Amino acid sequence: MERSTIDLWVGLFMVAGLGALTILALKVGNMGSLGGGETYQLSAEFTNIGGLKPRAAVKSSGVVVGRVTAIAFDNEKFVARVTMNIDGHYKFPQDTSASILTAGLLGEQYVGFEGGAEDKMLAAGATVKLTQSAVVLEKLISQFMYSKAAEGSGSK
Amino acid sequence: MATENLVEISGVGYSYDKRRPILSGIDMTIPRGKVVAIMGISGSGKTTLLRLIAGWFKPTRGDIRVDGVLTSALDRDGLYKMRRRMGMLFQFGALFTDLSVYDNVAFQMREHTNLSEAMIRDIVMIKLHAVGLRGAHNLMPSELSGGMSRRVALARAIALDPMLMMYDEPFTGLDPISLGVIRNLVRRLNDTLGSTSIVVTHDVQEALDIVDYVYYLSEGVMVAHGTPDEMRASKDPLVHQFVWGEADGPVAYQYPSRKYNEELELV
Amino acid sequence: MFNRGAIINVRGIGHRTVESVLRFGYATRFIALTLLNSGASFRRIHLIVRELYFTGVLSMIIILVSGLFVGMVLGFQGYHTLKIYGSESALGVLVSLSLVRELGPVVSGLLFASRAGSAMTAEIGLMKTTEQLSAMEMMAVDPIARVVAPRFWAGVISMPLLAAIFSAMGVYGGYLIGVVLIGVDDGSFWSQMQSAVDFREDILNGVIKSFVFGIAVTWIALFEGYDSPPTAEGVSGATTRTVVTSSLAILGLDFILTAFMFRGV
Repeated sequence: MERSTIDLWVGLFMVAGLGALTILALKVGNMGSLGGGETYQLSAEFTNIGGLKPRAAVKSSGVVVGRVTAIAFDNEKFVARVTMNIDGHYKFPQDTSASILTAGLLGEQYVGFEGGAEDKMLAAGATVKLTQSAVVLEKLISQFMYSKAAEGSGSK
Repeated sequence: MATENLVEISGVGYSYDKRRPILSGIDMTIPRGKVVAIMGISGSGKTTLLRLIAGWFKPTRGDIRVDGVLTSALDRDGLYKMRRRMGMLFQFGALFTDLSVYDNVAFQMREHTNLSEAMIRDIVMIKLHAVGLRGAHNLMPSELSGGMSRRVALARAIALDPMLMMYDEPFTGLDPISLGVIRNLVRRLNDTLGSTSIVVTHDVQEALDIVDYVYYLSEGVMVAHGTPDEMRASKDPLVHQFVWGEADGPVAYQYPSRKYNEELELV
Repeated sequence: MFNRGAIINVRGIGHRTVESVLRFGYATRFIALTLLNSGASFRRIHLIVRELYFTGVLSMIIILVSGLFVGMVLGFQGYHTLKIYGSESALGVLVSLSLVRELGPVVSGLLFASRAGSAMTAEIGLMKTTEQLSAMEMMAVDPIARVVAPRFWAGVISMPLLAAIFSAMGVYGGYLIGVVLIGVDDGSFWSQMQSAVDFREDILNGVIKSFVFGIAVTWIALFEGYDSPPTAEGVSGATTRTVVTSSLAILGLDFILTAFMFRGV
């Protein structure tokens, strides 16, 4: 076969392969949403993180603004310390509250940020003070059962 | 310091293991410009001898000098440098099946020289013309007949004008016409290129017509040598049997076996 | 105490063990020589390009088609399983993670071994049988530098690309079935996928896997070809061994790599 034909096909192959890799990175993976841009670190303390895992999303108003990088247990305060990388484009006021939420009933857990009214913004390395722990399904159910039981006894 | 003999072999022995020597005590000289045949029946060690000369194996005993250089003392680079001045025609041509005839002949020039493509083309055409296949340069090896591919392989072997040409069974499996063509080419190319040739063969009659000198090997030992006429007239029973192709003689027709009538339980 | 057969058998096992260790040593020397003699292939890049055609381009059809079908099957099966838990929207996650982490590298590696690896072994084995390698050596050209090294690099380059093509096609196949045919929500298919698939953890690790498989398959294929007995049976046996050995190597390496890469996640 002519060398130029081979070159053409090999060129096409390389383009297809690298193209597939780019598609995987941008469309399938999270390179597009949270690329190598500037990030800063925030942390938060929760009494219970539920099933939160490293790499879980940090969302504010449903928009992904960062990712959980590490989860550790603080042996002095007896709380979980969650460290997050937040996209440098997004700034949050100092009275922002962080809560651990679940996508759907059985979905993945993520950290939700709700902005406050303070003028000053959280600096890199700061700690989010207001936190709300994960809702544990068993607790929720038992609370519901107790209240039902109390209701039932009250009406009698 | 051109020595008179291009190849000098003295006291060469070779064996894969100690018990079974392939070659022993070989002495041989190949003068410049001559065509020399190494003959012998299959398994007599003649191909091994050829490969020793090419530096493929190192002799377990003795010296081989090519153009005054002791080949067994060469390292890989030195050996490769030496081989650039050697050409070998393999038994079935050994053309590169993924390259065209043209690219096969051009192969060594592209690997070893910085010649321009135009220059390479000229040389390829000259070499192909010498073997009468200039018109076939576009064909692939799979499209060639046995005789043609042997000729292309010959053109490839002489591409860099080697000082020493080696032919490993060049006449095997060819039709009479191709055989005649190859036979004459061996002689003619040797004389026109001013090289020296070693032909390893068991096709006696074809070889005797074109060579200057014959060495006869049997079971790893040099048993006779002489000019073709001397070989034809030889009284040595081994040589006589070989040259005239007799079925029985010193080389027995029967593979070593029990007595025939014992085998058939006639006794 | 022992019968004769058993003794011979034990000796046979010992002999085979020694033999395989020797062969592995030779194979290691072979790959080291290949790496050492790779300079020429990079100076004359068209040698690699030519082999890329045979290993990469000619494997593309089978990779494209299999990738698409594997993705479509994942789409179907994943949908029916996820529906039980009411989380069909996670279909994209299931399809993409299975592909980029496991199926992409492994299945394309297996296909590569049987498509390109066997062809490499057969080609080199035949070149040896027909004395082409000897002829090359006689022309002062090192067959390892001229024949083996370009094929090795072509294999190592094409394997990750083929795996990426396989995974991309698979994700598209899952999309076709899940979104276009069954009607899973388009947005959640992609967004859940994107939030679950990490570039470094998942995609890059998949690429590393396929790269390692590429090295393993090409190494085995080239060595089997180079070491094959120069007969017709020798070459066919070597070709079979290439497919069997490299398939097992892929699965074994996959287990090891997975254990290293994804143990924390």
